[in-house]
Amino acid sequence: MTAALSVDRLEVVFDRFRALKGVSLEVQSGESFGLVGESGSGKSTLLRAIAGLAPAASGSITVNGKKLGARRDKAFYREVQMVFQDPYGSLHPRQTVDRLLQEPLAIHGFGDGEKRIQRALDEVGLGTGFRFRYSHQLSGGQRQRVAIARALILEPSILLLDEPTSALDASVQAEVLNLLEEIRRRRKLTFLMVSHDLAIITHMCQRLMVMQNGEAVEHLTAGDLIERRVSKDYTRNLLRASEGFVRA
Amino acid sequence: MSTLLEVDDLRVTFPTRTGRIEAVRGVSFSLGRERLGIVGESGSGKSQTGRAIMGLTPPQAEVTARKLAFDGIDLLAASPRDRRALRGKRIAMILQDPKYSLDPVMSIGRQIVETLRTHEKVGQAEARDRALAMLEAVQIRDPARVFDLHPHEVSGGMGQRAMIAMMLIAGPEMMIADEPTSALDVTVQLDVLGILDRLVSERGMGLIFISHDLRLVSSFCDRVIVMYAGKVVEQLKASELGRAQHPYTRGLLNCMPKIGADRHPLPVLDRKPEWAA
Repeated sequence: MTAALSVDRLEVVFDRFRALKGVSLEVQSGESFGLVGESGSGKSTLLRAIAGLAPAASGSITVNGKKLGARRDKAFYREVQMVFQDPYGSLHPRQTVDRLLQEPLAIHGFGDGEKRIQRALDEVGLGTGFRFRYSHQLSGGQRQRVAIARALILEPSILLLDEPTSALDASVQAEVLNLLEEIRRRRKLTFLMVSHDLAIITHMCQRLMVMQNGEAVEHLTAGDLIERRVSKDYTRNLLRASEGFVRA
Repeated sequence: MSTLLEVDDLRVTFPTRTGRIEAVRGVSFSLGRERLGIVGESGSGKSQTGRAIMGLTPPQAEVTARKLAFDGIDLLAASPRDRRALRGKRIAMILQDPKYSLDPVMSIGRQIVETLRTHEKVGQAEARDRALAMLEAVQIRDPARVFDLHPHEVSGGMGQRAMIAMMLIAGPEMMIADEPTSALDVTVQLDVLGILDRLVSERGMGLIFISHDLRLVSSFCDRVIVMYAGKVVEQLKASELGRAQHPYTRGLLNCMPKIGADRHPLPVLDRKPEWAA
């Protein structure tokens, strides 16, 4: 098995603040990998650095065997797409769903737009009835489905998911998680998923990395987490917190 | 147990261009000196219920009820002046995100002092001392330093503690907490809940805890009300959540991923139109 994505000693510095301090990880092709940590731990920065949205100060990122430079080319975005946390902020408010989905197709010069848009909408469980709506006419879950459709329309092999369900209600969250799992199975996608919720990560991912203050604290498998085989106090704290409030 | 708050057939209606929208449709419950959780998804009317009790419903909306009484005072008949006197003094409210609910151009200490001096006749020096003591009570380690900080200079958890301090300083008898920990990290969430829990039980306050997180609410509250489409679909003791009857409550409990439960795909809610009827 080859690594679909590998990150080697990656550093990200904003002014003088080191947001990522030499983080390394390897995600195999077809695997689903989770990143867990509190706000400010650098998990989203890592995702953004891979997507080219945060500047890498040093270290390297390799996608499907190809080392990435400072600028991402078009071919990169056909392989790697991202779904953002807030479906209220990540869709253009004055574009219809149709226009939103056409944008990546136009950029990459795809000809059969009509068919692709229909297929993408079907795949995420939105009928063609949603095609000419604006994002403000959609619910949070429907918006996140559109964002997933937009990411899938270029048929990438790697999906970067930045807290894709944390802005959604619990019942809608279950629907979106099921959709993501089904798409991954059908298209044999590689996921790199960020969440602050350990339960979601153990549900969705085989392996995970716990982060704190821009550093990797611990690498675990989902099985380790279920059987509480964790060695760091920080991870133990996260586990305890995920069990809810206990009166002292 | 004395009843603090009585709500009978509360309705909140918003006029819109496409007709009247009933956000809350006949909610009834009563609250003693206990912790009551109100759970529901976005749009279920849980926050509007809290705001109607507080008197913070937008002016274009219409609030009606057979009875909405706090400690025997009819809230709907009370003058705006009387309600202002209640608000902050006897009924307090904590909002979701301290980033938006604290005044950004006023230091934290001054905001707390302002609340206190609005409701009680105290001198500047005494107010400051009481504010510092309150900051200490919400486990802020260096109260004198935090007193002079502005909200953007503190973390979310610290901001929410300051918010709790501000709400408790006038010694309210009832507190409404609307998603008080949703904007916080999981570990900080527990600290803030712990503080809230201790202060509420020490002072014997009544608490209404509004949240979308059924499991969190049931671990924190004595009693839980589940709302769907502006109505109460189920009321039960938090300890008996496992024996919930309504399919919506059971669905909400079921659809959360759990560590160690291998369920693929996750069960989803099959919404029935009769739930909203």
